[in-house]
Formats: sequence, structure tokens, C-alpha cells
Amino acid sequence: MAAKTRNPELIRGVRKFSRSAVYHKRGLWAIKKKNGGQFPHHEKASAAAPAPEKAPKFYPADDVKKPLSNTRKLKPTKLRASITPGTVLILLAGRFMGKRVVFLKQLPSGLLLVTGPFKINGVPLRRVNQAFIIATSTKVDISGVNVDKFNDKYFAKKAEKKKKKAEDQFFEAEKQEKVSLPAERKDDQKAVDTPLLKSVESVPDLKYYLGARFSLKDGMKPHELVF
Amino acid sequence: MPFKRYVEIGRVALVNYGKEYGKLVVIVDVIDQNRALVDAPDMVRSQMNFKRLSLTDIKIDIKRVPRKKALLEAMEAADVKGKWEKSSWGRKLIVQKRRASLNDFDRFKLMLAKIKRASIVRQELTKLKKNSSA
Repeated sequence: MAAKTRNPELIRGVRKFSRSAVYHKRGLWAIKKKNGGQFPHHEKASAAAPAPEKAPKFYPADDVKKPLSNTRKLKPTKLRASITPGTVLILLAGRFMGKRVVFLKQLPSGLLLVTGPFKINGVPLRRVNQAFIIATSTKVDISGVNVDKFNDKYFAKKAEKKKKKAEDQFFEAEKQEKVSLPAERKDDQKAVDTPLLKSVESVPDLKYYLGARFSLKDGMKPHELVF
Repeated sequence: MPFKRYVEIGRVALVNYGKEYGKLVVIVDVIDQNRALVDAPDMVRSQMNFKRLSLTDIKIDIKRVPRKKALLEAMEAADVKGKWEKSSWGRKLIVQKRRASLNDFDRFKLMLAKIKRASIVRQELTKLKKNSSA
């Protein structure tokens, strides 16, 4: 907010009051008068004397360039106004193409956390990109669900131990690769889905709606459809 | 096949092109062979080409170029809105608008309702067939 200047500009380069008039206006002379002819100031805190730097023991052979520091913090992708917690989304790509899922929250990476619910349509707690969904205007009551514990680290792939395998061992090891879902994931799914199922069942036909896949039929024009 | 709907003062028409698309307007004056002066309760009186108008069956009783207030009173007296919404043309437009505004969930519920209705009809039909053959 621009404060009201007490020295307005009459024309470019010419202000109303002269230098001395402005000095008088500011009243610094009154402060000086009160403090015995000097404008009050405090002693500058003397900086601690720097410790004498020792000559480094090791110099690299070539001059190593140091990359410029980058303090940029990435924000999560801007969420479309039509997507609010509890919105029913239609997935457009991937394994669950066409499935209607419930949106829970946006994760710090920008991806959206969604769930089927799993019992209704087989979609587990999953991350999905905003670009590959259509947001419908149907909302589900999500107030009973606690999604605080989910973040991107929860969904990170487990780091595989690097093993040096001989050729013949390779085929044997392949069969043991399949890892079953940890019980923690199943419990989290149940914890999120039980209150959600209650609110879904309170709306008639919503359960069947979420269980059905979306597809374009004859005569449907996507640019004219209201979702 | 004589004409039944004439361009005359007081003829109600539907705008079929342009900014006022879908509005019901009243022909208030004829400017020349191609254009008419039209007016409606929610628009400024303006000229319009006849090609942009589709004449309806409704006609109201007004003098040439009435005052806006007089036009509104005449439209109320003739109940243009009510007659339009009862007419089959008007009802079709209302249904079209409703169908276009359906939500994805609404379309799903509509599909379920259609299936249910069809199954009831089919049950009755089989009953009738059985009775007629028996």
C-alpha cells in the first residue's frame, strides 16, 4: 500500500517542497534538540575477529567448478477447482482405465491419492496423475476418513538388494521374485474404506455406479457431456 | 398446403441462430422484406433477420411497436410462457435441455431405470403372449 507522500510531485522532476523544507517537515531537528545536538544512535556491535585461516593442505590438480546453488522449492501441481476431497473421478489410463474412484487428497508430489473403494471396484489406495482423470460433479462424504499418514514415501518402490548372479542361478531366482502385499497395506486399505463404504451406501445406486466402468457409447460427444 | 403461421405483429418466434439462440421473442414490427423488429421481456428491442426466427403457433394481441410495459402485460395476459411449455415443441426443448445437463451419475441412474422399465414391459408381454396362446 503506497503511503500518502507529504511531498507530492508537481511535474516530473519537480517536487513541492525543497530539501530544507522537507528536512524541517520531518522534524529530525526536534529529535536532535532533545538529545543535545546529536541524533541518537547506538554503538555498532563489533564483529568477532575472524580466526586466522590456515593454508589448505590439499589443492585439487585442476580447478573444480562448483555448481551454482539452487534453493528452488517445487510446489505440488495446481489442483483443478473441480477436484475436492470426496469427488468421484474417472481414470482414463492405466490398468484401471474407465474405473470410477473416490479422490482422497493431493500428495506433496502433486499426484492424487485415490481409492476404489477396493471392495467395490478393486482399485486400492493408489496415486494417480491429475492429467489422466476426468472429475465428475458427484461427491462422496469423506469426513470419516483419516488420510494423514499417506505420503509419497509410503508408495515408494522398495530398494532391491543388488546381487551378482551367475547365469544358471538367474532363472531359479526369477521364480522367487514375487512378493506378496504386506499386511500393513491391507490394514490401511480397510481403515480407509470402512467409513467410506458407509457413506457410499447411504446414497442409492452409488455403489453400483462406482463398480461400473465408464465408456463412450454411440452418440456420446465428450465435448458436450456434462460430467 | 397453405401456410398456417404468418409473420404478423404479435407472432411469437423462437430464435434459432445467434447470441439470443433459444429465446422466445415477439415480432413487434416488420422493417422490410427480410428483417423484423423483435422484443422479449429480457432483451433490448432489436432487429432480426427472418432467417434467424422460427415462427411458433402462439400469437399475442398487441398494437404495432408497443411500449415495453404494454408488451409485458400482453404476454402475461396471453400466458405465452405457459402455452409454450405445454406445447409439444416446447416440451421437447425442455427435455433436450434436461438431457444435456445430466451428470455422469445421472446418466448411470437413467440407464438403470431404462433397464428396469424394459424388464417390466417384457414380463407383461410374456404374460400376455402366454394368455393369448393358452
